[in-house]
Order: sequence, then structure tokens, then C-alpha cells
Amino acid sequence: MTATIETVKDWVIRGKKNEAVAAVRAALAAGVDPAALMKDGLIAAMSVVGQKYSSGEFFLPQMMIAARAMTEAVGVLKPHLVGVAAEKKGKAVVGTVAGDFHDIGKNIVKMMLEGAGYEVVDLGVDVAPEKFVAAVQGEAPRFVLMSALITLTMESMRRTIAALHDAGMRGKVVVGVGGAPLTQKFADEIGADFYGEDAYACVETCNRMLQ
Amino acid sequence: MLIVAERINASRKAVRAALEAQDAAAIQQEARAQAAAGAHYIDVNGGTFPGREPELLSWLVDVVQEVTDRPLCLDSPDAQALAAALPRVKARPVMLNSINLERERFDRILALAVEYRAKVIALCQGEGVPASSAAQKVELASELVERLTRAGLPLDDLYVDPLVFPLGTDPESGVATLEAIERIMRGFPGVHTICGLTNVSHGLPARKLVNRTFLVAAMGRGMDAAIVDPTDAQLMSAIQAAEAVLGRDEYCMGFIEAFRDGRIVA
Repeated sequence: MTATIETVKDWVIRGKKNEAVAAVRAALAAGVDPAALMKDGLIAAMSVVGQKYSSGEFFLPQMMIAARAMTEAVGVLKPHLVGVAAEKKGKAVVGTVAGDFHDIGKNIVKMMLEGAGYEVVDLGVDVAPEKFVAAVQGEAPRFVLMSALITLTMESMRRTIAALHDAGMRGKVVVGVGGAPLTQKFADEIGADFYGEDAYACVETCNRMLQ
Repeated sequence: MLIVAERINASRKAVRAALEAQDAAAIQQEARAQAAAGAHYIDVNGGTFPGREPELLSWLVDVVQEVTDRPLCLDSPDAQALAAALPRVKARPVMLNSINLERERFDRILALAVEYRAKVIALCQGEGVPASSAAQKVELASELVERLTRAGLPLDDLYVDPLVFPLGTDPESGVATLEAIERIMRGFPGVHTICGLTNVSHGLPARKLVNRTFLVAAMGRGMDAAIVDPTDAQLMSAIQAAEAVLGRDEYCMGFIEAFRDGRIVA
């Protein structure tokens, strides 16, 4: 097998974890630069997967299985990346808000952000406003991205923004919100900086704001 | 098979728009179509405008009752919204969608169910992360059944929903849910099981096919109610055929009648 960056990228896009891992090993053995393997192989693959998912060409399980392949491949690659400063675009804190346990949308945003080269701090589900505030204080991210899937928990977004405000952190971060029941109108009303209609739109907006 | 008709739900764009514009005719059209298609209960959900749910749910109840006498299934996790709408409901018994084991929600919705002698959809969901394995689902179901019957609700009024999760992210959720249905139906003879279907196919192509395949499999394990779109002729045909296959339709008379009525899509 000719183990090239392209091979690695291709296996990750196709979600074949064993093949992806084997390709990473072979590429490393052949002397391919680990940093290039990360950036042009793995991260580039997830970017392609994100675009395909967003356009409807890929279905959700294809995204999930590609992410699994990526995670496995990163595990193999990581020891070789020590000392190589991985270039990160920016840091984002993501979480599903208090009272809400839906993690699919949040996880998709996370995958696409990582695929786009962001450093992501995932607070998980049912994240209380104080936890978001603590993460902003501790991690100093550029973005705080909140997800909600039920109407009742949309109010937790308002409370989180208020908590950021009270802690004096509101001006230090860009707040993005998203989730099925949300609207631009609601985002405006609670004082979010932007509304991401879907995961792709969310990442695109983050990219735009960094420029 | 008890059919709870799901179309009047604020998570659907057309319904959200009708709610916003207070367009009674659009809602009533949905109600009539679903009743005509064989709905036993008409679900009403007015929940995408924070703070306005009591008012909107009450409005939906009034508007739907003007055109059908089918009983309603009031769909909200918010006891306040249910309490506002319940006194306006005419046809009995009413159904509440839904209760779960979150402390406050359980207590408040149980009180309403007792007061109005309502049928209740009980979600296998506690305070923490969702129950994904069959064992976890059955454990929550047992707790729900015990606590609800102890409070005086008859077993026959309980519709336990084991909550199926998207196969796209949890490929084992289908089998776990099917297993849970069988164990719940065996463990509490007389109780009902129910499922919403749209979740199972989230993120997959040809979703309707996946939904009705899951539904038929669930019926095979004993599920006797479903929250569905009764205007989906293929889905309703699959239910009708499954009833015959599972020996729940004497001499297939229901199936034949549906066929003669032109309701069966082969």
C-alpha cells in the first residue's frame, strides 16, 4: 500500500478505522511528516465529512463513523506530534444547557469545529450557567456555544448569558446558540451574538468572526 | 392498536406558523384529516414560544374541539400549561403527554392526572442521563408503574414509553427498546407501551421506511400504542397488516375492511 496523506484522508472520510490506523502507521514508517498527516490528512478529512454532511450527501452515521476513525487515528499519531505545536484556530467552549440531555447536535458542532481546526472544550450535557461561567474564566475561549433541543431549556440559555454578564465575562466571549426549537428572533431576544441555523452555519460564522 | 396523532406539534414549521398567526383553520384542517385517517387521540403541542405555552395549548384545545370530538392528548412537559388547558377539555378520558421521573414534573403532573382521571404517557426518563440499555429502561418503567399505580392511577391508563434513540448515533437503541417493551408488557400485565417514532430514524435516509419497520418490530414485542402521523397511508397500512400477522385481528376482518375502504397501500 502506498501510504500517503491522501490514503489516510480517504480512509477517515470512509469511516474505516482499522484501515485509517494502518495507513497512519505506514505513512509514519515511510517518513511522512506527522504534523502534515494531522493537518492535511485527519483534519482535512473531517472538514470534507462536515461539508458532505451539511450538504446532505452524508448521513449522520457516516459522520459518526468517520469521527470514530479520526479519533483512533489521532491516538496513533499523537505520540509523534509531541513538540510539534499543532496550529489551532481558536478555542470554543460547547455544551447543552441546563435541564437538557440532548447531545447529538452539540456533538456534531464539536466534531465540525475540531475538523475545522478549533480547540474545543466540551462541557457535556445539562450544563449549569455557573459551569459555563467557570469554563469561560478558566479556559478563556473565544466562543461559547450553547445547544438546546427543547423549548423549556431554551430559557437556560437566557440564564447563562445573564450569568456571564453578572460575572463580568460577557464582553470577553462571543456567544452562539443553536438547536431545533431556536430562532434568530429568540437569539436576538436573549442577547446572543449569533444564531447557528445548523452545525455548518455555526462553524462558518465562527470562521467569519475570527477574520 | 391505539393511534395518537402527532401532527399538531409546534416543532413543525407549519404548525408553528399557524400558532403565531392564530390561524385556527390551518389547525382544524390538521385535526380533521387526522381524525378521518383513524386517529384515536389527537395530540396537541404548543411549545415553541417560551412563556406562552399555557395560552397556546388552551387555544389549541378550543380550536381542535370545534371540529372533532376525538379525545385529546395534551402534549407538554410543563404542568402549568397542562393545568391551564385541562379544564377546557371536553372529551374524556383525556391523555397527558407526558410524565417522567424528574421530581417536580412527576409530582405536579401526577396531581393533574389524578384530578382529571387522565390517561398518562410515562417516559422512561429520570433526573440523569437518558437510559440507553434495556435493563435501565425496564428499571425506570418499573418505578413509574409502581409509583403511578400506588397514587391511584389504574394500570390500564398507563402508557409507558421506553424512549428509542436515533440508530444513527446509537445503533443498539433499537434492540434495547424492543427488549424493554417485551419485558415491560410481561412484567405488568394490563399496562400499555407506546413510542414516538421520529427519533429512531434521525439522521438516516428513507426515514419513513425505518420508522415503520421499527414500529412493526415493536408491535411484535407487544407494543399496543403509537404516536404517529395517521395521514401516512403506508404507515397505517403496515400497522393494519401487522395486527393481522400478530393475531390481533380476528379473521383479518380489520385488514379486509381497511382494504375495502381504500386505506391499504400495498
